[in-house]
Amino acid sequence: MSPPPQGPSSDSAALPPVVSPPGLKAWLTIAVPQSATQASLQRAYFGWIRFLRNRLAVIGLAVIVLLLLVAAFAPWIATHDPLAQNLVERLEPPSATHWFGTDQIGRDLFSRIVYGSRITIYIVLLVTIIVAPIGLVIGTIAGYFGGRIDVALMRITDIFLAFPGLVLALAFVAALGPGLENAVIAISLTNWPGFARLARAETLIVRSSDYIAASRLQGASSARIIVKHVVPMCLPSVIVRMTLSMAGVILTAAGLGFLGLGAQPPSPEWGAMLSSGRRFMLDHWWMPTFPGLAILLISLAFNLFGDGLRDVLDPRNE
Amino acid sequence: MSSAGDSTGQRAEIAAPILAVQDLSVRFDTPHGLVEAVRGVSFDIGREKVGIVGESGSGKSMTGRAVLRLTPKAAQVSAQRLDLHGQDLRRLSPREMRAIRGRRISMVLQDPKYSLNPVMRVGAQIAEAYLVHHKATQREARERALEMLEAVKIRNPRRVYELFPHEVSGGMGQRVMIAMMLIPEPELLIADEPTSALDVTVRMQVLAILDDLVSSRGLGLMFISHDLNLVATFCDRVLIMYAGRIVESCRASDLKHARHGYTRGLLESLPRIDERKERLQVLERDAAWRDGPTILHQSSGGSRP
Amino acid sequence: MSLIDIRELHVAFGEHEDRTVAVDRLSLSVEEGEVYGLVGESGCGKSTVLRALAGLNSNWQGRMVVAGETLGPKRSKAQHRLMQMVFQDPYGSLHPRHTVNTLLSEPIEIQGLGTADRRIVQALDQVGLDASFRFRYPHQLSGGQRQRVAIARALILEPRVLLLDEPTSALDVSIQAEVLNLLSELKRSRTLTYIFVSHDLAVITHMCSRIGVMRLGKLVEETSVDVLLGEGPRHPYTRHLYQASAGYDRRLAQTTAELDFESEPQP
Repeated sequence: MSPPPQGPSSDSAALPPVVSPPGLKAWLTIAVPQSATQASLQRAYFGWIRFLRNRLAVIGLAVIVLLLLVAAFAPWIATHDPLAQNLVERLEPPSATHWFGTDQIGRDLFSRIVYGSRITIYIVLLVTIIVAPIGLVIGTIAGYFGGRIDVALMRITDIFLAFPGLVLALAFVAALGPGLENAVIAISLTNWPGFARLARAETLIVRSSDYIAASRLQGASSARIIVKHVVPMCLPSVIVRMTLSMAGVILTAAGLGFLGLGAQPPSPEWGAMLSSGRRFMLDHWWMPTFPGLAILLISLAFNLFGDGLRDVLDPRNE
Repeated sequence: MSSAGDSTGQRAEIAAPILAVQDLSVRFDTPHGLVEAVRGVSFDIGREKVGIVGESGSGKSMTGRAVLRLTPKAAQVSAQRLDLHGQDLRRLSPREMRAIRGRRISMVLQDPKYSLNPVMRVGAQIAEAYLVHHKATQREARERALEMLEAVKIRNPRRVYELFPHEVSGGMGQRVMIAMMLIPEPELLIADEPTSALDVTVRMQVLAILDDLVSSRGLGLMFISHDLNLVATFCDRVLIMYAGRIVESCRASDLKHARHGYTRGLLESLPRIDERKERLQVLERDAAWRDGPTILHQSSGGSRP
Repeated sequence: MSLIDIRELHVAFGEHEDRTVAVDRLSLSVEEGEVYGLVGESGCGKSTVLRALAGLNSNWQGRMVVAGETLGPKRSKAQHRLMQMVFQDPYGSLHPRHTVNTLLSEPIEIQGLGTADRRIVQALDQVGLDASFRFRYPHQLSGGQRQRVAIARALILEPRVLLLDEPTSALDVSIQAEVLNLLSELKRSRTLTYIFVSHDLAVITHMCSRIGVMRLGKLVEETSVDVLLGEGPRHPYTRHLYQASAGYDRRLAQTTAELDFESEPQP
């Protein structure tokens, strides 16, 4: 149902005052943009300012950036070789040399966690890059065309949705064999239906808008309308869902790793580390704790960031 | 002071006004600065129909809501005087205000699709409106609700009682809304664009019902609308609002003799069936209107600067 | 020969019991250069006629001929170029994520016309907006400005017919006057034909030369505005609309209050 009638609109909207701070800021805040690029950059800039008001979201973003930096500069940040075994120094508690202690075969935990961040990012990015476009395409096509296309695509989506995520992932990994790449494929297969449904829901709302009608009246093809008109309206929800689902992806990957079906040893994947550390929890608390904390921190960061992003991308000011 | 004659020619006598408002202001603190939605509005309403007309952004809806203290949380409402039959509304606690709302002041909104509870039958909603403010049994409330449905000229009250809001048409829904708002027998009715969502023919019917009920029960009516022509023909007195202030106040029948630039501008820019124009006069906004004086017509009474 | 000729247009929605007839075998014709008004209350089918004519709705029967060409359910680009539409809601007819520039350049791209820059500036100029509006987003514009952009968009393809679906109903009175004046002026400066749909008889009589009154999908009366204002309406429904448009009248309201309510069209 469309929102309640607003009543007549007023034409007395005043232009924002012309600001004259120097340089880039002036260019970004000028009242009348002179080009398409300036207009979109301005929009991004104002969005950024709004985002900065949400302290928790900024913290989330900071943690994510930290993660990226750690992954990028792992060789310089890590204190030891993550794969180097040293049976003399096994099961040592956190100390000056080993900041997070060592595991059962003497590998430095801190370095393993640092290098593990690369694996985490790899999984998250890969899954998201696969899943979001597929979901978007299927959802918008189903929503825009309706009828038999919609039914067919949605039934396929339903089939995938019917399986609990981890179970389906397990099945695929069992079929394809354990390993990081297969884990990524398995997680992707369980994640895309959510995006498809979301995109479809947004498309159904957008489809009956007058601006879509106007495009049709100009002779626009369905492809053009979907790509240039429908997708931009779906993007905010999809982006937000992407960031929020990243947390879930990390946890699923950790779960698969925990079960030994994800990254294989000696790979320093956080979930696998959590699993192998389980046995040592009572006497050597640092072994499962640090990988667990890392997973927790990153999931939380993505959730906070996603929330902040949603507040900014939500077209409330329009 | 006495109000203008209503359309049946009877004079509505008021000793003291039902609603007395003086210097009402509503302000919002926004990131862009202080926004003053209503700036020092003063008027009285007796047993008459007073129309508040303005375009969007004039503050007319906010005025109605401020009287009922139904403004958004961020709003700061202040007034030198806000009396309902002499009782000061400003100092009432939320609980006391709840006893006022519905019981002594009621509000009819624009679109019954959004103001009626979609999962409750309409009859039950009317009965509920009664039970909230009166001690009665379910059966008594139902009887009263059916009476009200008849009072708003619904042909088959028993059938309509059982309908859900989505099953009734716009005009009927609005009549249900009126029934619901009048069943507790309020003293003042605030109607915010009550007929704007209705077709022209249905509008007439609903207004006729409103007209009858208001006169027969001796209510005061605050009719908020953007439709100058409608307000001029339906109400007894008209208050024109611009930028949060009342810029002109006069009897409805005197509207064609309006003197304020804004009122004249609005009148000139309306296309009229009886007067063919080549080009409609475009309203030239005068900055002086924002803070200029309010024009009160001699015999209008009731509006204090 | 009329520019637009509609014969026995019939539009129905739904299946079996839910089948509602939105337009009931309607016939009308519009001459080139005319401003034809279609007036009626909500649910009468006037917008449906417009949408079927524009090609937004392919579910119709009957015959529609525009500029000598018979129209089918699917339209060619050339046919689309001939007729453009201005919608009621200025907030909903412009894509919230597109700048004015994008909005105006898109039809040019789709139809493969060149010189986009010049056309855009010219279109904005025609509707009284200067070049500073070019890179703004809809939410940075007021309702009246948005409607002007919508009109510019409709005109940028240089159509012969403009279909106007309640273009001023959602605007303030003062802004309505500006937009109506703009529409009148545009018509004077180019050869345009308008079909103007509205529920407001005062607006219709101001803008149009000939009107058709619709009720429940049927055309109940067709007359020129001069006759309507001179001799008065003939059909009782038109008379009723005419009187109701003058404002509230207690006696009139009393008589209509006795009419059958149950026959009100359901939402």
